Amino acid sequence: MPEAPLDADALRFVDIEKYFGLVCALKKINLRIRKNEVVGLIGDNGAGKSTLVKILTGVFPPTSGELYVGGKRIDLKTHSVPKAHKAGIETVYQDRSLGDKQVLWRNFFVGREMLLPFGFINVKKEKAIAREIMMTTIGFRGEGITVDSRVSELSGGERQGVAIGRAMHFHANVIILDEPTVALSLKEVRKVLNFVHKIKENGHAGIYISHDLQDVYEVSDRFVVIDRGEIVADMEKKEISLKALGEFLLEYSHGLKDKKEL
Amino acid sequence: MKKPTTLFSTLGKIEGLTIAAVLVVLFGAFMIAAPRVFLGYQIYGAFLQTVPPELVLAVGLTLVITAGEIDLSFPAVVAFSGFLFAWGFSHVGSSLVGLLIALAGGGLVGYLNGFLVARLRVPSIMATLASQFFWYGVTILLAGGLQYNMPQLQSDPIHTILTGRLFGVVPTEAFWSLGITVLFWFILNRHVFGEAIMFIGDNPNVARVMGIRVEATRIKLFTVMGVLAAVAGLLLTSEMNVFFPTQGEGFLLSVMAAVFIGGTSIAGGVGLIAGTFFGAYIIGSLQAGVVASGIGGYWVQLVEGVVMAASVVLNIVIGEGRFGRLSRALRRWTTAPDAQSSPEGSE
Repeated sequence: MPEAPLDADALRFVDIEKYFGLVCALKKINLRIRKNEVVGLIGDNGAGKSTLVKILTGVFPPTSGELYVGGKRIDLKTHSVPKAHKAGIETVYQDRSLGDKQVLWRNFFVGREMLLPFGFINVKKEKAIAREIMMTTIGFRGEGITVDSRVSELSGGERQGVAIGRAMHFHANVIILDEPTVALSLKEVRKVLNFVHKIKENGHAGIYISHDLQDVYEVSDRFVVIDRGEIVADMEKKEISLKALGEFLLEYSHGLKDKKEL
Repeated sequence: MKKPTTLFSTLGKIEGLTIAAVLVVLFGAFMIAAPRVFLGYQIYGAFLQTVPPELVLAVGLTLVITAGEIDLSFPAVVAFSGFLFAWGFSHVGSSLVGLLIALAGGGLVGYLNGFLVARLRVPSIMATLASQFFWYGVTILLAGGLQYNMPQLQSDPIHTILTGRLFGVVPTEAFWSLGITVLFWFILNRHVFGEAIMFIGDNPNVARVMGIRVEATRIKLFTVMGVLAAVAGLLLTSEMNVFFPTQGEGFLLSVMAAVFIGGTSIAGGVGLIAGTFFGAYIIGSLQAGVVASGIGGYWVQLVEGVVMAASVVLNIVIGEGRFGRLSRALRRWTTAPDAQSSPEGSE
């Protein structure tokens, strides 16, 4: 029997392996993410980042291994997208988080509405709480945006803010940010990064995936580098500077290339 | 959060207001052009009898279009459910049995449509087009190509309930269709089913990620549409005391026009039931109005086309979104200059 995970762990992968047929996508992944911590997940395309995320969010099961979220073991055989929600795993995607033509209050509660009898929605309550989330959790001020605004009226950064605020409101153990700043202007990226900082302030854990090393460095407390299905480095931010991290990654990829050529 | 309300933002929030105004203007024009007809009450009694079946269909189709799908099979369901009702009434001898099998038949057709679309991934335009031919075919086969005349239905309680005359003048189907409109306004705007429909029509991937059961909802939606089409078939058959195998054939385009005039977008994600309500009455009164105005029968289609185009343009120009945007712009100009610059060009 594996030892019980520490309470301080928001998330724990134990010996997670994933094979697609004979191809090994993930090799014995062991990873712990503490509460109040944002981990930057770094790796090239095809390194296994998104495979790991998909296992976590219930899109497909691993071949073997165990998963603990908020100290509770997840039954990976029956894990699914709704169950991942229930376990407190929230994902903020680049473009799949919000319904564009829908008002904000609906976007906050869609899929887990506050109900009156017979499946009718308690609109008053949903709007009140949505207002609360926008004011306190996300910190939208003025800007002419209300809970009745449609998502299409928001800027890209604000959209991600809404998605992140929603995740925090639903007491997410882990918030996965899957390339949340792709295709955003610098100003909007700034907004998103500020929202990510709030994740830590509010006692949640986060996994930040991005190709932009500067962004990853800024918001993360720790960096986990994945390559060819393996964790090849796990560093605290205080141990390494942005420059050193960049050089490490560069050398590392060159080093591997050299090995392969030999 | 401060909430500055302007006249525009308030007006813009009232669903279907634009199209209601079109209806009022239209009736005003008819009253001037044909005072003898449009200042009497009979013409309105006639509308309350001819519009309800189309209104019920249009309400159902609004949901379907909001979900980003289309249903072309409802005219066939009007015929098929009418046949089932007539068959139950004539052969089983019970109008109640007829009513129940008609509703069940409509639900079955709808369920099969939904199954084709959601499970077998047939595009809804193709699935329901096929289904339209198929169920008209079934109806003609089962009815042997014959119509059913049911004069005895006139004194039947089901007839009185569905299509009787309240106070001797007001057709009861007007109330049924109004009730269905109100009920489905609440289902679309205040129920989890309606919210699921809007998100699926907006973006099925988002809906799925947020835990909406997209396929199950689509099947349910087409089933509801089938049952509503059966209700329309019942109202039509009961009103005329006649079933004929080609009934419903003229409904396809007029019902679609009612939905689009009402402001529901073909792109899905947004549905305006109130708009559909007024849209159905506009479509339903145009022909009679144009003929009564004495412009002449040849002009009917031309005027219909103009009114349809004008309504849709009106909806786009001063519809919900533009009023909202305009009022926000006003707010931005009138608030203090230190206010942060608002998001622009996000579309």
